Amino acid sequence: MAAIAVFLPLLGSIIAGLMALFTPEDKDRRARFDTLSQWVTCGAMILSAVVAAFVFADVVGGGRPHTVELLTWIDSGALEVSWALKMDTLSAVMLLTVTSVAAVIHVYSVGYMHHDPGIPRFMSYLSLFTFFMLMLVTADNLVQLFFGWEGVGLASYLLIGFWYDRPSANAAAIKAFIVNRIGDFGFALGIFAVFVLFQSIHFDTIFAAAPGKADAVFQVFGGEFHALTVICLLLFVGAMGKSAQLGLHTWLPDAMEGPTPVSALIHAATMVTAGVFMVARLSPLFEFSEIALAVVTIVGASTAIFAATVGCVQNDIKRVIAYSTCSQLGYMFFACGVSAYSAGIFHLMTHAFFKALLFLGAGSVIHAMSDEQDMRRMGGIYKTIPVTYAVMWIGSLALAGIWPFAGFFSKDIILEAAWAAHTGVGSYAFWLGILAAFLTAFYSWRLLLMTFHGAPRADEKVMAHVHESPMVMLIPLLLLAAGALFAGYIGYQWFVGADAPGFWGNAVFVLPEHSALEDAHHVPAWVKFLPLVVAAGGIGLAFILYVLSPNLPGLLAERFRAVYQFLLNKWYFDELYDWLFVRPAFVLGRGFWKSGDGALIDGVGPDGVAAATRNLARRIAGLQTGYLYHYAFAMLIGVAILITWYLWQRGG
Amino acid sequence: MAHFPLLSLVTFLPLVGAGFILTIRGEPDVVARNARRVAMWTSLVTFVLSLFIWFNFDNSTAAFQFQERADWMPAFNISYRLGVDGISLFFVLLTTLLTPVCVLASWESITERVKEYMVAFLVMETMMVGMFCALDLVVFYVFFEGVLIPMFLIIGVWGGPRRVYSAFKFFLYTLAGSVLMLVAMLVMYLYAGTTDIPTLMSYRFPPEVQIWLWLAFFASFAVKVPMWPVHTWLPDAHVEAPTAGSVILAGVLLKFGGYGFLRFSLPMFPDASVTFTPLIYTLSIVAVIYTSLVALAQEDMKKLIAYSSVAHMGFVTVGAFTVTVQGIEGAIYQMLSHGIVSAALFLIVGVVYDRMHSRDIETYGGLVHRMPGYALVFMLFMLASVGLPGTGGFIGEFLVLVGVFQVNTWVAALTATGVVLGAAYMLYLYRRVIFGKLTKAHLQRITDMSPREVAVFAPLVILVLWMGIYPPSFLDPMHASVENLIQQFELARAVTEGVALAGR
Repeated sequence: MAAIAVFLPLLGSIIAGLMALFTPEDKDRRARFDTLSQWVTCGAMILSAVVAAFVFADVVGGGRPHTVELLTWIDSGALEVSWALKMDTLSAVMLLTVTSVAAVIHVYSVGYMHHDPGIPRFMSYLSLFTFFMLMLVTADNLVQLFFGWEGVGLASYLLIGFWYDRPSANAAAIKAFIVNRIGDFGFALGIFAVFVLFQSIHFDTIFAAAPGKADAVFQVFGGEFHALTVICLLLFVGAMGKSAQLGLHTWLPDAMEGPTPVSALIHAATMVTAGVFMVARLSPLFEFSEIALAVVTIVGASTAIFAATVGCVQNDIKRVIAYSTCSQLGYMFFACGVSAYSAGIFHLMTHAFFKALLFLGAGSVIHAMSDEQDMRRMGGIYKTIPVTYAVMWIGSLALAGIWPFAGFFSKDIILEAAWAAHTGVGSYAFWLGILAAFLTAFYSWRLLLMTFHGAPRADEKVMAHVHESPMVMLIPLLLLAAGALFAGYIGYQWFVGADAPGFWGNAVFVLPEHSALEDAHHVPAWVKFLPLVVAAGGIGLAFILYVLSPNLPGLLAERFRAVYQFLLNKWYFDELYDWLFVRPAFVLGRGFWKSGDGALIDGVGPDGVAAATRNLARRIAGLQTGYLYHYAFAMLIGVAILITWYLWQRGG
Repeated sequence: MAHFPLLSLVTFLPLVGAGFILTIRGEPDVVARNARRVAMWTSLVTFVLSLFIWFNFDNSTAAFQFQERADWMPAFNISYRLGVDGISLFFVLLTTLLTPVCVLASWESITERVKEYMVAFLVMETMMVGMFCALDLVVFYVFFEGVLIPMFLIIGVWGGPRRVYSAFKFFLYTLAGSVLMLVAMLVMYLYAGTTDIPTLMSYRFPPEVQIWLWLAFFASFAVKVPMWPVHTWLPDAHVEAPTAGSVILAGVLLKFGGYGFLRFSLPMFPDASVTFTPLIYTLSIVAVIYTSLVALAQEDMKKLIAYSSVAHMGFVTVGAFTVTVQGIEGAIYQMLSHGIVSAALFLIVGVVYDRMHSRDIETYGGLVHRMPGYALVFMLFMLASVGLPGTGGFIGEFLVLVGVFQVNTWVAALTATGVVLGAAYMLYLYRRVIFGKLTKAHLQRITDMSPREVAVFAPLVILVLWMGIYPPSFLDPMHASVENLIQQFELARAVTEGVALAGR
């Protein structure tokens, strides 16, 4: 049954892909093709979500985790890998989240993309992405995880570059793929290290063997290190790439070049959370490495605050939300870092709903504003698009963590767990998390106020055309809004509350001494209320700056010009990398080619030898003058030398 | 099947076809048409016959199968001997598959001297298949060198503007290496008194002799692979060769080197192989990083793919010398998948070259608007080239890296950078050729792939996915031979080390 849920999207994708390839020229038939491809992919996706719900009920409700073996994949020596679907609580949660969000976004795309000439292709890519994502979350070994991992990277590349006429979209697509590849480089090395240590890359086998290897060391990179620390850090590099953590985050904001449903599905709700999923899935390994957990916590907390600061000054509506995603992923990571994996997954699940909602809401705004994305040219439209306005409020409230919206439950438990960890890195994460919560609330309301309120800043033509989106877009928005409203409240007891042990079963593993999540329920009251207070403060600040005294932001930007520029330019990461890696690669490439291959190897090698041979030949040819006395003279010299040599020999 | 000379049949049937083509007389048009047809049928029948080798192959044994033996020069103990094992099996099939693909790909693009062209290809097929089947040094050498002649002609006669320079460069480079190998073979004969390869594989050469023999063979194989820094013939040869010539060059000829390392260097000179493993690793890592960067800077599509070949073959040499199951199987797999993928990439360049007669990346841009089918095929093989899981390219690279990581983590990490760089130059190429607006006037009427071109790519598309999704079809026949190779290698090493200890 799980196989049906996983492979239906692939089927839909292949059918839609073939239709994209054979799209007829004729306009009417083309429209029929478009509609048919939408029906096929949406139908397959919805069906898949329904099946996923049954699987979820069976695995979690019925308490029947199992693995479906499909096919042998790689078998070489001790390395044995199968295509298999592992069904436990963790993968069932992901399966349900991914399929349901994907189904909603598929339907939304029908409305959002209706002007686009490439509908079948778009639907095909979306479904293809969903398939890879499902293969990722249901993997029962590291290599299949890697398959899904790279596969979603491919789908993301295709979708970011969907409008391939735009140079910026192509550049962003390549950037996404390559930055992810850098992460995957670490991931791959981690897989090899796991294989060397365990002689297997099968989850169940390595998890069972992990406690026995808790103190193992191995020789790697010229030194001797704690084996599980090395493994976890290498794997975490992969997670950093996919989940856009500090250092490898640069691709995510640029990925907003893709159509908005893509941003919602891939770059907010599902793919970017794969790193968090991976850390949770590998909790039986991470638990045995304090260093790796500390690194996860620090990277997560640093990303949370970094992205939040940048998010406060961006003007592109989608980029604000993109940085917000980056920041929220940081929360999920430091939750895992303090061993509160289930809290991280809980936030992953609620975030999937409210972040998809925010993106699709933003899409609805962009749709209404005739493809305008700059918030400086919006404003004063809340009356014309009331439904969008309402759902954006719900999404923002959930994101800011206001009771009783979904984010409140999941974000609070993370912060409480960080505090309850009572470690240095835990406190670091807690205080940065609090600060980031303040900034989150601030930029969310900055977005709301700039987009919907104040005087209209768009030109009249655009304003006259502002309209609410069609039902096919609004219904998905309302469904996601329901998720953003209730998912936290409903899920709390299961994911992190009293029912958690029964809910999770053996899907995540936490050492008894790592009790942060348990202790999180017994923190002082101020810890529980602080996030809510700072969120309210952030909202208040946004009101002051953007409603009460709208001139103040400009003045502040003038006054603190250096800081503003630093934030606006995203801490200059892109410039740094360009200077450090991109340019040198091209310079080196040209240098190796022209002077290495051309001048040195060919010059000394074949061309040099050929030239030398030609030279020699010319000189020898020059000796052949054709004059008899030249030859006679040469002979005489020869005879003289011979005689001399003979006499010398005799004499000696 | 034991007495049916299947291998000889597969080896020499193309030669028979070539002889048949030579007898064709008549109007130039008729001759050309008939030559094409005869070549096509011959190579197809050869391919079907070669499939029987696969179907009847016994996966459980490491011994050479389908053996044939006839006295040739009994006075010198030299015989005509053929046979395949798990290492050579798929190279034979790769050759017999790519030849009909090449014939089909040349159907319209070659219009001059069609008869001679087809003869050259069929002769080359005989040489290549014979090379992989040979179990006698002399037979091996004859085929190994024989390949040079038709390839030299194909580049020199049907090539581009600088074809003569490239053909000579190709010929001299490879010949220089082979001469040393010939000397080494004579030395081996003097020591062992036989040229029989299976016998030589269990013959123990003294370690100090092994060093020289290894180096002589290395000279030949390193040029063929090609390893850095003797790779510079490859970009030139590819650029000037006609499309099908590039396909065979990248698809089969480059594998001679890797195959040679596995058939000769490792089993016959195990001690020297251990001594020189650091050299191989160093040269391979340089090849991977250096040529990937060079590929990034290329402006010529064929040159770019040629450089990428050097980088990918770097994985092969690294994997082979790990002497681990995963490393060697990965190396073989990488050679097979590279044989398919690079062949397909050269064919992909050929498709637009036939239309526009330019290989410059600058000439193109926005092709997806007019050629969606082409864009899809190009995308698939680009992804296979960067080693995306689910394609054949991934399995080889992954296994090689698994093997290397067990032996040396630094080598593994440095080699793996090729995976990042590979993505960079391939995606950059794809973007410049396929994506963007279609603004160039000369591209406005360019047409998508014809049915003939679809037929050329179809088998390759199926294979590259098959190799990625269900590799056991190809890995299972390798196991016994690879494990045997490793066992023999370790046995020989243990003996040498035992002697060294005893002598101390």
